[in-house]
Formats: sequence, C-alpha cells, structure tokens
Amino acid sequence: MRRGIAIAAALLLLALPWLLHAVLPANQAGFWTGNILGRALVFGIIAMSLTFLATYGGFVSLAQMMIAGVAGYTLAIFVEGAVPRIVGGAGYALAIPLGVLAATLMGLLVGAIAVRTRDIYLLMITLSLSMGVFRFVETNITWFNGYEGIRNVVGPSLWGLDFRNPWVFYHVTLGTAVLLFAGVMYLVRSPFGLVLQGIRDNPRRVAALGYNVALHRIAAFGVAGFIAGCGGVLATIYNIGISPGTIGLGATVNVLIMAVIGGLGHPVGAFLGSFIFTVFDTFAATVYDRDRFNTLIGIVFLVIVLASPDGVLGVGTRLRRLLGRRAADK
Amino acid sequence: MSIITTRRAALLGTAGLAGATLAAPAIAQRAPIRLGGLTTLEGPFATGGQDAYRCVQMELERINSTIGGRRIEFIRESSNAQADVALARARKLIEQDNVDIILGPLSGAEGIALRDYSRTLTGKTIVNGSSGAADTTLRNPSPNFFRFSTDGTQWMAGLGNHVFRQMNIREVAVSAGDYAFPYAQVFGFNIEYCRAGGRVQHYWAPLGTTDFSAQIAQINRSSAGAVVVVHGGTDGLAFMTQYAQSGGNKPLIAGSIMADQTMLSARGPHRRVMVGMISGGPIADVIDDPTWREFVERYRRRWLNEGGFQSPSIHGVNYTTNLYGILHALREVDGDLGNNQEAFQRALAAARITAPTGAAVRLDHNRQAISDIFLNRIEERDGRAQVVAFARAEGVNQTLNTPEQQFLALGAPSRDNPGCVPAAS
Repeated sequence: MRRGIAIAAALLLLALPWLLHAVLPANQAGFWTGNILGRALVFGIIAMSLTFLATYGGFVSLAQMMIAGVAGYTLAIFVEGAVPRIVGGAGYALAIPLGVLAATLMGLLVGAIAVRTRDIYLLMITLSLSMGVFRFVETNITWFNGYEGIRNVVGPSLWGLDFRNPWVFYHVTLGTAVLLFAGVMYLVRSPFGLVLQGIRDNPRRVAALGYNVALHRIAAFGVAGFIAGCGGVLATIYNIGISPGTIGLGATVNVLIMAVIGGLGHPVGAFLGSFIFTVFDTFAATVYDRDRFNTLIGIVFLVIVLASPDGVLGVGTRLRRLLGRRAADK
Repeated sequence: MSIITTRRAALLGTAGLAGATLAAPAIAQRAPIRLGGLTTLEGPFATGGQDAYRCVQMELERINSTIGGRRIEFIRESSNAQADVALARARKLIEQDNVDIILGPLSGAEGIALRDYSRTLTGKTIVNGSSGAADTTLRNPSPNFFRFSTDGTQWMAGLGNHVFRQMNIREVAVSAGDYAFPYAQVFGFNIEYCRAGGRVQHYWAPLGTTDFSAQIAQINRSSAGAVVVVHGGTDGLAFMTQYAQSGGNKPLIAGSIMADQTMLSARGPHRRVMVGMISGGPIADVIDDPTWREFVERYRRRWLNEGGFQSPSIHGVNYTTNLYGILHALREVDGDLGNNQEAFQRALAAARITAPTGAAVRLDHNRQAISDIFLNRIEERDGRAQVVAFARAEGVNQTLNTPEQQFLALGAPSRDNPGCVPAAS
C-alpha cells in the first residue's frame, strides 16, 4: 500500500506542471513550475544530503552547500561556453559527471577531516570548512573569477529540448530527485545503512562488533557529497552560473533551515522544507512590508519549529496521534 | 503515513496560493505599465538601496506616475547583493508579477547575473540600477540590458592625468581592496597615469581588512608622492584612521566610494587627513550646475525629514539617471510597449538625456552610458566636510576614450592586470 501511494505521489508530481497550466495563466504556470517547484526540488536535493546524514548517521553538517558549490564550480570551470573561460572545452556530458565526482571527493574529504568530531564540534568544523572554501573562491581570480563568479552556464539541450524551458528543467530535476530519494531509501535498508544507524545510536557498540566506524562515517559523507553534488549541478544551471554568494554563510544556513523546518526524521522532510522556504522567500515581500519581509520569514519558521520541534513532518505525526487518541476515547 | 498526510497538505496549500494569484485582472489595452524595481534593502548596501527607492519614488511622484497616457505601476523587490538572490527576484518580477521593465540591480555581480538572464528574455527590458561592473556591458553584452549610468572604470576618468600633470606627482602608492570593484577603479586610474609616465606601486588587501598598519608603514617609507586609496565601507574608514594615526602626510587620492557622506559623517582622526583629498566619480555633494542644485533641493524637501541624507547618494542618483532613460523612451513611443518592445528598445538606445547632476548621457553600441565624470575635492563648507566638484570630464566612454579594440586587448581588470601600461613610444 505504501508503495502504491508513493507511485501515485510521483505521478501527481509528474503531472503537476499540466495541472498548474490548467489553473494559472501561461507565464505564471511557467513561473511556478520552474521557479517555485523546480527551485524547491533543487534545494530539496541539497537539503536531503544534510537530512540523510542527520537522520541516519546523526551528523549535522554545515558543509553541504559548499560541497554543492564545488560541483557547481567544477561544472562552470570545465564546461564550454562559460564566461570567463577558465578551462572550458568539455561538453555537459563530461562536465556534469566531473562536477558530481568533485563533490563526492569533497564530501569524502570533509568526512575524513571531521571524522573524530560529534555534535557542536562537527557543526563548527564543517562550518569553518565551508567558510574557508567560500573565502577562497571569493578571492581567487585565476580559477574561480573571484567575487563575480563564473556566468553563462546555460545547461545542455536534451534531445532538442532546451534546459532553459521550465518544464524540461522541472522534469529533469524531478527525475533526479526521485532517483536520489529512492537511492537513499534503498541504501538505509542495506547493511551499510544499518551500520550507519548503529553508529548513530551507539558508535562504541558498532566498533565492538568489528565494524570500522571511521570508514563508515567517511563513506556516508561521500554519499551525501554525491547527493549535494547533483543538487549543486542543477542549482548552477538554474542560476545560469555560480558566484561565491551561492555558497556563503546565508546560503549555508538556508539549507539548514530547510532541513529543520521540513523535519529531520525522514528524507522527504528536506523537500517539504525547501518548498515552504521557497514559497515564503519568493512571496513574503508581496504579502508583507517590503523593507521588513525577513521578519515574516523568521516568524513563520519560528512558529513551525515551536509548534513542532521535528518540523513539518512532525505535524502529521502529532495530528495522527491526536486523532488516534480521540478515536480510542470513543 | 505521516509523509502522505503532509504532502497532501502541501498540495492543498499550493492550490490555495494558485487560486489567489488567479484573481489578478486580465491585461487590458491601455493597462498600466508595470515597472519592477530591484535593489538591496538588506545586506551591506542596504542604505544605498533605500536611497535608490527614495529617489525613484520622488521622480515618479513628480510625474504623477503617468506617462504617454499610461499609469506606471512600480513593483519593488529586494535582494541582498548576491547574484543568485537578485536572479530569483528578477525571475519573480518578470514571470510572476509580469513586469514589462526592470530597473535594477545595485551591485556588480548582480548586474552580470541579470545581464545573462535578460538575454533569455524576449519582449522584456532590464535597465541597470546602480551596478558598476565594466563587463556587464563591455564583454558579451545582452541586447535587452541597458545602462544609463557609468561604470567603476569610467568614474576614475581624468584623475590620473590630474595627479600627473596638475599635482606634478611622478610616483604613487595604490592601496586597494582585493576584489572586482577596486580592480576596475585602479584600472581606470592607471590607464591614464601610467600612459602619462607615472609609476605605481600596488598594495592589495582583502575585503574586510581591519589592520593596515604594515601596509601604511611601507607606504610612508616609500618614495611615493601620493597615496591612492580604493577601499569600500569600513575598510576605507580603517585605512584612513590608521593613516592619520601613523602621521601620514602624503596627499590622498581616492576612489569613488571613499569620498562619501558615510565616511565624512563618521567621527575620528580620519577627517583631518581627508580634507583636501581628491577623487573622481559620477556625483559630488556640490556641483555648480542648476539641474543638480534643483534636484538636491527637491530631494531635501521630500526626504530630509523622512530619513534621507543631506545630499542624495551615488546609488540614488544612478537609479534616477536610469529611470530618466526609461521615462524618456516611454515618452518617445507614447507608452507603447507592443511588438516585443522593439520600438521602446530602439528609443532607449537612441535616448539623449540629462542626468540629475546636469551631465549629458547617451548610449554607445553596447547600450552603455557615455557621460560626464567629476573631479572632486573634499572641502570644509558650512561647518561640515563636503565633496565639491572642481572639474568635469565631458563625454567619457567606457574605454576612457581609447579605441575599443585596444582597450579590450588589455584584458579584464584584476590584481595581476591593473592596467598600468606605459605609452608606446
């Protein structure tokens, strides 16, 4: 039954652009498809890399946006047509895998550096790593073109379908998100995932059973790096390029906010969180005072976290428990 | 199960929001012109962004928000000076709010991002706000991006020659921020100064530097006859304060964002060394021009009691200049934006306007402003330090009046390419 519902949900998401088209004027349907749903999925993928680590490994990493940026910068450096041309010459078919590979390696590196830290220390070391990379790309001209970043990464054409078309972008992003989501769900039931959850609950006992805790941790960061890299590539194409602001402190914290308001209990929370974040980020200035719309965004997030410490995901559980109790009373 | 419940809830929410946007009225024939504003009301340039909207609002009120028989609806958005945020806001303005024209953005990287975005649009126009990166229009320009304000390199026009010829200084020390905007400004200074025969020693410091003591010690000991300072915001203040405290007594030359009321109104020892400082830029507090005096008068009447500055800021003036370009073109085509804005864009490209400073503005083939640049000196007037224009370079183009191919061959400004090439002899 669970699988049936998941398939129905995927079909609904697949058909969503056409449903939007039926109820909205053409340009607004395009806007919702590309810039609300598409953007939410892209950042959902990056947030899911954080949720994966936090939910199944117990590691809250603030390096995920930076790792996504590594993929984005690698893509921008190698792909033909980017401005300015750093290396160039590669097609998207080569540059995209290179980007994802670079992010995976960066994930492994972050995991290896942070392997002995937990909790707040892990948070600090991942934050300092991402700020270090941020400052580096901001000041390095030769490879990253400094403050202005690398522009004009327009994305490939797939069988004559232009990536800049919101429908194409949405469906490619949706496909990527579904594959990664299914991959995570598969992985956490595999022996690797079970060991990871064991590490989360009691690393000493896992070590006593003969597993190499450090290696499993580093591998988990590598997997999260791969996921973040996929998100980073899509984000770079979505933004037609990349600049240091994309991986700055604000962006890093935004990814954490998405994961937290969505809920750290299940990977789907990342997508819920990024959807809520995107909607408010886009429309807060329209519904509230333009000089102070950040206040509204802050209040909404505060309310979500206050009402349900485990994010939007927790609201469902709470409601069900409430309804269940009422039914039991009868 | 919890997942399914919440996803349903999220979808319901989407449907609700979608329903709300449906209520927007259909576009009629003489419907209002929708002008989207994009500036930074958060982040490091928030005060400049607020002033930009002050000036735009004032000028729209002046024409009663009507042009060519059509009302202008001004829709304001805000970014935080980051390229991807500016891009998301611009997309919202174009695709969701359905604006015809965007006026903005404020800072360099945002400008380049929006230039790229404008290339993907048809029948929409982006007119710059106050962003001043040269490459926005110099390299890979977009047919839908127009800039009636001058860029960071142009702002230094005349300064190099003034230092070499009038001040008779043969060697300078340049202390500048290690990022794009100072690169562009240093480039603009060096082009003239080195061609005239001057020698330059560069000292770079990353954005956010607070301790310049080592650099200042080197500069004070060097044989340089003057110091050229191109730092922004608090970095500039830190440099000036430490320079004054170290007893620095070389004449000071400065970039456009150093000679600014935010610096002059701050208290501290820097004020002593800053009086007499020479700088270049698109505006000054005091310009001997009736258009400017009238504009400043109007600005002070409207805003002095509502949080405005003593004199409009550089961002406010740049946004106003670009707004003048839009209004001029709209008047020319009688508010007609039909046919994918073809006539409107032609009128924009051919526009000849007068900026609030009294400077004449026209566009080159890259849709970039050719306009006047002022040479300024800081003087004590009416009991406070003010930036006073004492000379004016007319009709400065983006390549500082060197042939374009020759200028492009110099490459983009950077720390390794500061534009110091001696004249070919």
